[in-house]
Amino acid sequence: MSVWDRYRLRWRRKKLRYRAYRRRRQLDPVRLRTASIARNAILVAAVLRNERSLLPYFLRYYRQLGVDHFLIVDNGSDDGSREYLEAQSDVSLWHTTASYKSARFGVDWLNWILMRNGVGHWVLTVDIDEFFIYPFCDTRPIRALTDWLDTYRLRSFPALVVDMYPKGHVDQTPYREGQNPFEIADHFDSGNYMISRNPLYQNLWIQGGPRARTMFADAPHNAPSLNKIPLVKWRWPDCYASSTHMLLPRSLNQVYDEWGGEKASGCLLHAKFISTLGAKVAEELARREHFAESREYLAYSETLRSGESLWCKWSEKYVNWRQLEILGLMSKGNWA
Amino acid sequence: MSLGFIMMCHTALDRAAQVARYWAEDACPVVIHVDRRTPPADYERLVRSLADLENVSFSRRRACEWGTWSLVAATQDAAMQLLQRHHDVRHFYLASGACLPLRPIGELKAYLDARPQTDFIESVTTSDVVWTIGGLHEERFSLRFPFSWRKQRRLFDAYVALQRRLGVNRKVPLGLEPHLGSQWWCLTRQTLSAILEDPNRPRFDAYFRRVWIPDESYFQTLARQYSISVESRSLTLSKFDYLGKPHIFYDDHLQLLRRSDCFVARKIWPHADRLYSAFLTRQIDQGARAEPNPGKIDRLFAMAVERRTRGRAGLYMQSRFPRRDHENGKTSAPYSVFHGFSDLFENFDLWLTKVIGCRAHGHIFGPDGVEFAGGETVFNGALSDSAKLRDYNPQSFLTNLVWNTRGERQCFQFSPRDNQACNWFMATDPNAQISVISGAWAVPLFRSNLNFSEIRKEAARLQKIETEHLHILRTMYVKARTRIWTMAEFIESPMEALQPIVDEIRPRAHRQLTEAPRLVELAGFGQFLQNLKNQGMQPTLMGDFPVSVESRPAPERGRPFIVR
Repeated sequence: MSVWDRYRLRWRRKKLRYRAYRRRRQLDPVRLRTASIARNAILVAAVLRNERSLLPYFLRYYRQLGVDHFLIVDNGSDDGSREYLEAQSDVSLWHTTASYKSARFGVDWLNWILMRNGVGHWVLTVDIDEFFIYPFCDTRPIRALTDWLDTYRLRSFPALVVDMYPKGHVDQTPYREGQNPFEIADHFDSGNYMISRNPLYQNLWIQGGPRARTMFADAPHNAPSLNKIPLVKWRWPDCYASSTHMLLPRSLNQVYDEWGGEKASGCLLHAKFISTLGAKVAEELARREHFAESREYLAYSETLRSGESLWCKWSEKYVNWRQLEILGLMSKGNWA
Repeated sequence: MSLGFIMMCHTALDRAAQVARYWAEDACPVVIHVDRRTPPADYERLVRSLADLENVSFSRRRACEWGTWSLVAATQDAAMQLLQRHHDVRHFYLASGACLPLRPIGELKAYLDARPQTDFIESVTTSDVVWTIGGLHEERFSLRFPFSWRKQRRLFDAYVALQRRLGVNRKVPLGLEPHLGSQWWCLTRQTLSAILEDPNRPRFDAYFRRVWIPDESYFQTLARQYSISVESRSLTLSKFDYLGKPHIFYDDHLQLLRRSDCFVARKIWPHADRLYSAFLTRQIDQGARAEPNPGKIDRLFAMAVERRTRGRAGLYMQSRFPRRDHENGKTSAPYSVFHGFSDLFENFDLWLTKVIGCRAHGHIFGPDGVEFAGGETVFNGALSDSAKLRDYNPQSFLTNLVWNTRGERQCFQFSPRDNQACNWFMATDPNAQISVISGAWAVPLFRSNLNFSEIRKEAARLQKIETEHLHILRTMYVKARTRIWTMAEFIESPMEALQPIVDEIRPRAHRQLTEAPRLVELAGFGQFLQNLKNQGMQPTLMGDFPVSVESRPAPERGRPFIVR
């Protein structure tokens, strides 16, 4: 890396952290229980808006994995999410009505919260509709993974976003609160992911899946990025640069092997395409607070209107993490 | 005769206490060494929790740093203590706080009683060792290593470099032959006491104090001096990966550990509750039933290391994205590219499907979309037929296609009209079988209904593209199986050319081709080429076509073809 690049990225990182620092006033603490976070606690950090119906399953899922505490920013929910979260004994909740977009899609808020509460912890930064899958997640708690990463002095762990969708139309089966969304959205695309490397940040840029296949076939460049690095052992200088797709310092983005081997990696099962999508799309199109003029949401509304299904005859029915491993979407690396 | 344990602990002391209690309650004395850097409160708790067992004692605490002498010194202290306090102990077992006994103590005792003078210590000469880390083999013993590899890496490296420059070469004292091996051993009283009470011990200690990772060589070397019978293996099941880190056992390894018949395993994850509760409940003593047999576990971990270092060939994913030429398999399976065949033969893909028995695609790199076999719009792995998606990342498209259809050979048509982005990739891929009929692109032009000026322009464009492709296929970098004919050569005897291609695809079938693909009507093609020449374009890739091709007998349809 040239000295100039290094200097540039260093400035970039400082600027991002300063942005996060300035945005701290947008966050009103609603109910902070951060004092109860143990020294080696594993944290989940998330920003949400109106996710009341998914929340119970979300909390249950991550508690079962062994997450100790949740750091959550509520971006102006009016569906009772806030009250629900306030009542949870392992949730620290902030509230803001500021613009999601001007906070760089919530990343500034998260960076600030992690700067204050995440240092020294393993932090899993996800959306409410993303469910983390890692090798052996059915038999080993998440601490087994973080302990293992610690022995190799690895500080970041990647996960590919796998869009899950139902066999029929998205609205066909209504989602009940507390239900496992993957009972409904139980299919995914197994082998149409396109990868390139970001030369400056050195992360991989992965696109593909059902959204690229059906909604962005004519504009693949705009297809959503699916590469994420959600699990990080946070240190003081770290920050997320663009959503959770890439981090600075960029050594954290080196989660892939370049000499033919496989490093360990996981997946984020994405429960977007369930019956709650319709209401969300309508709201988000009115708010226009999402990335690139909410073009993703425009595409979703188009899909919803046409009544088209994301399912095709080569869609794979989800079984477990071993299936994802065999299909090559994730890897055990040298963890056995 | 009894068995005594030396336990080296630094974290997860509650687990160490559980294991120590298990051994001690079975009348095996235990001496525990706890790293001095472990918080005093934890240490106190450990001492208190084992206070009721009078055959458990604690040795002098030393601060232990990985790869340094401190570990050996701590072991020596603890071993001395065990030797002096427990005179009935015959075998001394060195274990760590992350060890877990897998079989009842009675079985281990019976096993050792049957071998009363055997020392179980892995001990291999330096020249036979392949597992060393950091590139230091003989130099472990000939240089000095006062700095910590983990915490003072720069000093460590600089000092090694300096000593190499100065030609430092320490002599091994008194003609010892350095041996290396796992630090988890089981020695007899005779051997251990001989090592610890040797009058030359100060000299040995002084020497090993500056050796690199002495805990893997001190006892291993000296045991060779005194032992009556060395069994060069460890009784502790302990596997290391390619970086020298121990593999860790979790709850889901329970059955695997049970069936391994090993006596002790390490390293156990401290939170593996099921393992601890399963193996620390008193099991029925089955006597000396079986020899330890860690074969299955060996294979499991060997596969993990293989996956980490070599990966799955042809897989490109979020945690495996090899640099060019480091792919270890650019694609996951063999595939065949037929360049120009579909222009020269009618329904060539159907013929191919019939002959080879696989699904043959059309032009998957075609400009109007991906022509999957059978006109599918989506293919294995939910691969789309959109030309835009494919052209956005053609290499991903190709590798995905081959990966998604592992186990089923892919055949597809190619021509200079198609996307050429993967030409280098395929040419340098040993999995590719590329067969080229050069100049065949002119046939569709010849049969087309275009104005001649357009034909001429298009011919010039395609000829340029194909020339470039052929240039790639003739470089020294080619790894693919390539066959190149000019069109004139090929139609001379098409079946002789096709037979070896098909044989290569189906090596076992070894069937003679009986049915030839149907050649398109070429009457007047020579004249067509002459017309191109007359217009100032020089078609060079077709080979030598006479102006009147009518005299050439086209192979008749359905005629049985016999080579011999």
